[in-house]
Amino acid sequence: MTAPILDIADLTRSFGGVMAVNGLNMAVPHGSITGLIGPNGAGKTTVFNMISGFYTPDHGRIVLDGRDITGLTPHIICELGIARTFQNIRLFGNATALENVMVGCHVRRKKQWWMPLVFWPGTRAEEKDIRTQAEALIHRLDLDKYANENATALPYGAQRRWEIARALAPHPAFLLLDEPAAGMNPQESEELMRFIKRLRDEFELTILLIEHDMKVVMGVCERIWVLEYGRLIAEGSAEEIRANPKVVEAYLGDSIDDVAAGKREEAHAEN
Amino acid sequence: MTTKTRNLVLTLAAVGVAYVVIFIIDNHLDAYKIRILNLIAINAILAVSLNFIYGFGGMFSLGHSGFMAIGAYTSALLILSPAQKEMMWMLQDVAWPFSVLQTPFWFSLIAGGFVAAAFSLVIALPVLRLGGDYLGIATLGFAEIIRVLIVNWASITNGSLGIKGIPPHATLYVNYTCLFVTLYCIVRLLHSNFGNVIKAIRDDEIAAKVMGINTFRYRVLAFCVGAFFAGIGGALQGNLITTIDPNMFTFLLTYNVLMIVVAGGLGSITGSIIGSIIITVMLEWLRIADSAFSIGGLTIPGVPGMRMVIFAVALLAIILYRREGIMGMHEFSWNWLFGRGRGNK
Repeated sequence: MTAPILDIADLTRSFGGVMAVNGLNMAVPHGSITGLIGPNGAGKTTVFNMISGFYTPDHGRIVLDGRDITGLTPHIICELGIARTFQNIRLFGNATALENVMVGCHVRRKKQWWMPLVFWPGTRAEEKDIRTQAEALIHRLDLDKYANENATALPYGAQRRWEIARALAPHPAFLLLDEPAAGMNPQESEELMRFIKRLRDEFELTILLIEHDMKVVMGVCERIWVLEYGRLIAEGSAEEIRANPKVVEAYLGDSIDDVAAGKREEAHAEN
Repeated sequence: MTTKTRNLVLTLAAVGVAYVVIFIIDNHLDAYKIRILNLIAINAILAVSLNFIYGFGGMFSLGHSGFMAIGAYTSALLILSPAQKEMMWMLQDVAWPFSVLQTPFWFSLIAGGFVAAAFSLVIALPVLRLGGDYLGIATLGFAEIIRVLIVNWASITNGSLGIKGIPPHATLYVNYTCLFVTLYCIVRLLHSNFGNVIKAIRDDEIAAKVMGINTFRYRVLAFCVGAFFAGIGGALQGNLITTIDPNMFTFLLTYNVLMIVVAGGLGSITGSIIGSIIITVMLEWLRIADSAFSIGGLTIPGVPGMRMVIFAVALLAIILYRREGIMGMHEFSWNWLFGRGRGNK
């Protein structure tokens, strides 16, 4: 296994008396699609918030590609190559879908805010470049259809995709997806799974996702971490997690059986 | 000819026509009407600057009267000759460097804007970490502090005696030129990538941070740009009225500007301009309500301040029945006028 792109060691964070995350260790391999699962309130989103810089860990370290990013502010972390989406979609409401993506293309730009006022050389080219880049990105993701619509007026599934497109705009190396399949029907999550795999291959990303839909998790994740009450209770491949009695007991129980049953039926059908 | 060039030509033509109209008005209308037209221009500058902070930047600021006061005082101090200042300052002697300094009007105007922006930076750094109502309270407090400072810092401001005899530089040409320049700057900023980012922060600050935006820096910048133009507006007002004193710059002034912005539409520059026309004219026109009048045989005695009551009711009605203001978040554009709403702005 190659060196991990994201290395989390002994990550701990409490809120008042509640240990939201307790001594978490994770090593996410380069170019993998991985999952972070666990029952509601297990601390998954807290982990995301610490990785993306919204919470400072009480102790522990987060290392991205050999660089310690613990406690940096969100915009610096974005510049260093981590992007994320949100559980409740957070698109900019009063802008078109394209403008949403353009905001993401803004990072690492050289021109100052006052330069357009005095026609500073190169400003116009940069403004144009931001637009072209955003257009190219959404074209690559086949999202052109809604480009000039108001972002929050889009259908739910489209909003999820646009949020992912926006997250890709700053050219991240590492993408965090917070419940990307929430509220999707089986066919849509099927599409989403293909979409996620395609993103990883085409954009050379490493993806870590939080998800409750076990079909999606088992379908795309090469490695899974399971949290319960802020503690890591299991880690391994989809097969290993499925077979782990601790996980089954803690949380997956039925749905694992469902998935397993589903697999068996499929196998039957093929035979 | 592309749409872009056409729009540029049309805009320049409109500005040209505006100057011709100003020339005609300047020669034919009486002083009172010219005064109202001047006030419209100044109020429009103030409203656009507050709209930039509040409507586009999403920062609820009630500090506008403070920035205006700073602009007005800076400008007045720089325009007056040392001899005039020495005569007028009765409480204390004029402090250096104002005791020897005299600058041209244009310089004093721009200096007023910059000093206001500098003060806004000082206030922005601590308070812009607050959001929503807290920011409103903090900026309101700031404006009060500025006023108290002006009253007490007599060696510079001449205290509560105020400054008189400011030369009336703020003519129609000056005011409208300032308005056009303000509009140019603000509209251009809003259409640039900076504007896109500012609006994104207003819509969702958390998401903007994840997009790699240093939201605090952008908010401070937007706040200072707004304060700069508020300073210019204040300086113009001082030069129009030719007298300034600390009591001019109370919360009521901020309230008037806020009323224009809300009535015109938060997040619409066009709305701010329409709002400043309507409200400035109404404020004058409603003066008849202050004197005695009769409705259907019922005689109402003249009550000073009656027009403010009517105004408050009008504002209530706007908030109840058309919360988004006259224009909502829409803008006037040539494309819209020619029925081609799509594409370039």
